[in-house]
Amino acid sequence: MWEYTDKVKEHFLNPRNVGEIEDPDGAAEVGSIACGDALKLTFKLDGNKRIKDARFKTFGCASAIASASALTEMLKGKTVEEATAITNQDIADYLGGLPPEKMHCSVLGQEALEKAIENYRGVGHKKPDEEIVCVCFGVTDGEIERAVRQNRLATIEEVTNYTKAGGGCANCHEKIQAIIDRVYAAKRPAEQPAARPKLSNIRKIRMIEETIEREIRPSLKHDGGDIDLVDVVGNRVLVATRGACATCQASQATLKGFVEWKLKELVSPELVVEEVAP
Amino acid sequence: MKTVYLDNNATTMVAAEVLDAMLPYFHDDYGNPSSMHSFGGQVAKELAEARQKVAALLGADPEEIIFTSCGTESDNTAILSALAVDPTKNHIITTRVEHPAIKVLCEHLAAKGCRVTELPVDGEGRIDIDEYEKNLTADTAIVSMMWANNETGVMFPVEEAAILARERGILFHTDAVQAAGKTPINMKESRIDMLSISGHKLHAPKGIGVLYVRKGTKFAPFLIGGHQEKGRRGGTENVPSIIGLGKACELALRNIETENAYVRSLRDRLEAALLKAIPQSRVNGHRQDRLPNTTNMSFEFVEGESILLLMDQYGICASSGSACTSGSLQPSHVLRAMGVPYTMAHGSVRFSLSVYNTTEEVDLVIDTLPPIIERLRHMSPYWNAGHAVCANNTGGFNEKRQ
Repeated sequence: MWEYTDKVKEHFLNPRNVGEIEDPDGAAEVGSIACGDALKLTFKLDGNKRIKDARFKTFGCASAIASASALTEMLKGKTVEEATAITNQDIADYLGGLPPEKMHCSVLGQEALEKAIENYRGVGHKKPDEEIVCVCFGVTDGEIERAVRQNRLATIEEVTNYTKAGGGCANCHEKIQAIIDRVYAAKRPAEQPAARPKLSNIRKIRMIEETIEREIRPSLKHDGGDIDLVDVVGNRVLVATRGACATCQASQATLKGFVEWKLKELVSPELVVEEVAP
Repeated sequence: MKTVYLDNNATTMVAAEVLDAMLPYFHDDYGNPSSMHSFGGQVAKELAEARQKVAALLGADPEEIIFTSCGTESDNTAILSALAVDPTKNHIITTRVEHPAIKVLCEHLAAKGCRVTELPVDGEGRIDIDEYEKNLTADTAIVSMMWANNETGVMFPVEEAAILARERGILFHTDAVQAAGKTPINMKESRIDMLSISGHKLHAPKGIGVLYVRKGTKFAPFLIGGHQEKGRRGGTENVPSIIGLGKACELALRNIETENAYVRSLRDRLEAALLKAIPQSRVNGHRQDRLPNTTNMSFEFVEGESILLLMDQYGICASSGSACTSGSLQPSHVLRAMGVPYTMAHGSVRFSLSVYNTTEEVDLVIDTLPPIIERLRHMSPYWNAGHAVCANNTGGFNEKRQ
């Protein structure tokens, strides 16, 4: 059972402003029945351009209903500019918080609000350069990026909790991770080229062994070859070739172009690979 | 407020007789049945009697009963044993609608290199026995097919499927956690090799399960340790729970007629009344090949969690296969495997009854649920003045999300 606050329960059991305003100034429909929640939001302004009435219809769970109810209450009396500033976190805060897995209900509210305001202002919603990342729930890269920025999300799981993206077939997890990485890379460019810590000899040898075992050997074995680590002297990595590598004309190219390149990339850029007699 | 408990496929009340039978074994007769002294030794006798009672419910021999800690342990033990006793075979046949105790284990084994065939089901939750037969191959180590589905109550033709497996020398396991006590089981007449049951689904406590292993079946233990259960499952016996399970099985055997007449009549009364009172509602799963206590119903254009929480206000306990209640973002894998449309799957509710339910309780649901559905539909953007406004059953109305 979800840990809902009393305020969530109260808004679920006694939702405010259920319905649809006829001839509204702003209207929006977000979500879909396939996704499991949907929200239709309408609002009407008074003579002073303040929101006089806001109404909702929701298909969804208790927190989706409570979030929509809260949103309509928050909107009343605000100007459109003031309403624009409402974030999903504001909706969650109004309700005394939502369970992490249910944050997407507040995001749905914010999305409906943004779209209803765009509808009022007469601008199209669809941003042309946005691409759908999560096919299961129809979430775009722009939506994920906004959720990551606004809520400082750091993991795929958090992105799923807030936007549903990645909650279905999981095929888009790499893309979501790339968006998270991009947001944080842009935020702190200075930290990006992190200086490698100086390796102790023991650590260096261990990393070389691990890299050979995990990254190099499987590829060589695929072609019937193999190498053995003989010694590490300073930054010189001494190896002996085995199997097909031992008799292969191209083994020097493999050692320099593949083995050395992998070790430089994964252990230390100063390493040099040399072949020694077995 | 009185609790109206219609969620017996999730867990059941420990029967008063069961609790009474268990109590002496916590504080008074707490001995270890393996001990040499008579204080412990007397417990071993009670244990043997409980084993006898469990065997009687299944039409089995007491030696064929292995006590475990839960249904999941029984399921895991069966599959892993089959793979261990014949390392030359690595194919598992199961279904798309199994309990996670089988389904997730098989996904895990598939990632480790086993070949896993998940048989599909039709719109009513049934498998195609010809399709099943085609998948039985020389490298098939085991078939694991649930006797009855926990979400819909739909029963698979396990006896027929077990015969086909036996003809090919393939082991057959069934998860009978939901079936035991609700439908007759007689292992003497059966070709099933292994069968799992769980105490807390038949009025015994949580934390006790059984794996039936037919005499002569090659077996590799899962928990390795002491000599308990003839070396087939290490670990000191959970004495009070085993005694309780024995009592519960005795009661279940006695109640099986009641289950199939009285409980069935309550379930049918509930189902018929709700279908009549609530437009655009349906039953998920085959109406005949089904446990007598279970109904899985869908109410279109409303969401399951909201239904459950509003029923909770009246003390009514049930379950849902909607995304919001499954802990994931997708509706139940069982309803999806059956191809239940999203409009229906999100609004699914499972009622599962027991011999302890009454007509008054069922009538309370019949009176309470229709207004709840109406109230939620009134709030739903897909419903307008008694009519569905969404023509497209699966897509949304937002162009971006189609």
